[in-house]
Amino acid sequence: MYRSHVLVCGGTGCTSSGSEQIIKALEKEIEKAGLAEEVCVVRTGCHGLCALGPIMIVYPEATFYSMVKVEDVPEIVSEHLLKGRVVSRLVYDETITEKGIQSLNETDFYKKQHRIALRNCGVINPEDIEEYIGRDGYQALAKVLKEMTPDDVVKCLLDSGLRGRGGGGFPTGRKWQLAMGNQADQKYVCCNADEGDPGAFMDRSVLEGDPHVVLEAMAIAGYVIGASQGYIYVRAEYPIAVERLKIAINQAREYGLLGKDIFGSGFDFDIDLRLGAGAFVCGEETALMTSIEGKRGEPHPRPPYPAVKGLFEKPTILNNVETFANIPQIILNGAEWFASMGTEKSKGTKVFALGGKVKNVGLVEIPMGTTLREIVEEIGGGIPNGKKFKAAQTGGPSGGCISAENYDVPIDYDNLIAIGSMMGSGGLIVMDEDTCMVDIAKFFLEFTVDESCGKCTPCRIGTTRLLELLNKITEGKATMEDLDKIEELAEYMKQNSLCALGQTAANPVLSTLKNFREEYIAHIVDKRCPAGVCKSLLSYSIDPDKCKGCTLCAKNCPAGAISGERKEPHVIDQSKCVKCGVCMTKCKFGAIEKK
Amino acid sequence: MSLAKKTVPFQGTKEQEERLLEMIRAHKDQKGALMPVLQQAQDIYGYLPIEVQKIISDEMQVPMEKIYGVATFYSQFALQPKGKYRISVCLGTACYVKGSGKIYEKIQEMLNIQGGECTMDGKFSLEACRCVGACGLAPVMMINDEVYGRLTPDDVQTILDKYE
Repeated sequence: MYRSHVLVCGGTGCTSSGSEQIIKALEKEIEKAGLAEEVCVVRTGCHGLCALGPIMIVYPEATFYSMVKVEDVPEIVSEHLLKGRVVSRLVYDETITEKGIQSLNETDFYKKQHRIALRNCGVINPEDIEEYIGRDGYQALAKVLKEMTPDDVVKCLLDSGLRGRGGGGFPTGRKWQLAMGNQADQKYVCCNADEGDPGAFMDRSVLEGDPHVVLEAMAIAGYVIGASQGYIYVRAEYPIAVERLKIAINQAREYGLLGKDIFGSGFDFDIDLRLGAGAFVCGEETALMTSIEGKRGEPHPRPPYPAVKGLFEKPTILNNVETFANIPQIILNGAEWFASMGTEKSKGTKVFALGGKVKNVGLVEIPMGTTLREIVEEIGGGIPNGKKFKAAQTGGPSGGCISAENYDVPIDYDNLIAIGSMMGSGGLIVMDEDTCMVDIAKFFLEFTVDESCGKCTPCRIGTTRLLELLNKITEGKATMEDLDKIEELAEYMKQNSLCALGQTAANPVLSTLKNFREEYIAHIVDKRCPAGVCKSLLSYSIDPDKCKGCTLCAKNCPAGAISGERKEPHVIDQSKCVKCGVCMTKCKFGAIEKK
Repeated sequence: MSLAKKTVPFQGTKEQEERLLEMIRAHKDQKGALMPVLQQAQDIYGYLPIEVQKIISDEMQVPMEKIYGVATFYSQFALQPKGKYRISVCLGTACYVKGSGKIYEKIQEMLNIQGGECTMDGKFSLEACRCVGACGLAPVMMINDEVYGRLTPDDVQTILDKYE
């Protein structure tokens, strides 16, 4: 028995900020202090508050230390672990109140969250199956195998209202029902862990923090549709997730929770990993399956749907990580419990990767129907540096930008589509007044141009032409007719592309055009970028009244565009200026203006 | 003349080839084995030169055009060797809105190479990547497996100096 447990986040975010070295230092210091028998160090998955990483939580009192450095470790061990005195300078300031230190669950970041898919993340050691079992792990699988028929499971999922968390929002129970009804000698269960949306890391956090939940849910799916083999298609860019999945699969096999005759029920099920190789289109279901088959990951037309003819031409179901992560809890707590959360047509919770210009960057799980304002202002802690909220982007390259006008719309599948965006897998990037919306649209188009697989013409050529039009706008060479061309082309791509990548590629452009049309017009008509981002439309000048002639700007100008005598006002030669903005950051007198 | 190194002669060793052949044998009867084979071949050689693709083609009885097709489809497969220090700057959305584009430009300027290229001395190669998942530290770049976060363009020189 240990008297204290020290949890250190070992997710990608905290590992990147040095948590691995902290764990090593901690183990060394604990050994040195002779506490090795009393204090246990646990490497957990992501705790959510990535902005404050590396994160350390000391139990039983649940003291939450943030931004811990290796140098802090000796003090934590000698003060807190040995003498029981909290190192207050490292405690997350939100947990400090007049009445002393409050629970983490009372802080703004965690208060409105409700963790189902993330229930074990940051709580257990993901590399130890016993800890998962200790939190009711594999009980749902046992219940399904011993007490439920496949029809019972499907009914439970249908009643729960669970919809696919990967983007489309298709009812999960319905998907399973379709695959169940098709007869075949072999069927497959696939897990889509090819989280390609830039800025989204929900699935990675589940895999890193709680890999067994995915294995358990996949085995349940195998039992329901009659499959004995599962595949997890995971991004190779997630080395920690891949490693923990490998460990989890091996442990589950050792415990007889994967393999032959699970729980003596006669049901066989095993899982293999397949690594992606950096192709965004492989997140599309037909492309993903083609990739598992070892081919170029190009999509193909549907029907036939995977439930009829999927992987290796056999009936297959494909769900994403977060969808699977909800299933064991639904089985254990019942459909009604799950359906009691959320909105009329979107039940349960959704995990969002909150990023961009927001204070508390991290991973949040909230009931469906929470408003954007609550997510950004309360959970996210607002926008840093006193800037104003301008937009939030959801759905990645297939989604759109939500403007401040829709700050109070309850977020669910249908509302997001109605306001011109989509749920997507859950990336939520906050933008402030310094972000140019035309530039953001261009950013996503560059992404889709890169990632278009090239198989169908509307997507391959359409995205390129659309990007050219946007470039024209940011260079100040466009006319108002170009906006009509954009809309026409976008509509054509939507109607005629083969897969979702092309059908939705224009969404970032259309939604910004709808919500921020005046910004487009400013670029086209006034030849001006209101956010001050688009270089071609900017000009830097020196205010002669403020300039002291210190020559600092001239010395730092990489283009040699600034000239002037010492102690005399300087001038910028516009024909030489490369608009890098270095002069502005160097000037101590605020004499340089950007227009 | 561009400073970038365009092609490098193949310098595979006997030992690497043995590891390759053994690995191919282990995967031979597996369904859809081509991707895992290419991934592990790249682990062995660091990239996938045409010579290695040829061996895989012969051993697995898969036509060369199919192998080339797969190797060029996925961005992770490299047909050219990378630098001793591989710099990848994250241009994912969260990093982009926090200014990673400026970091990327700065490195191109400093090393005098474009994204996807390698310096003449084979020391640094540069690429843009999409989200390493460390969005809390945005903007982020990686040099080999080391992650550098909360960057400003001014930090870049000091970091690169460490690798000189």
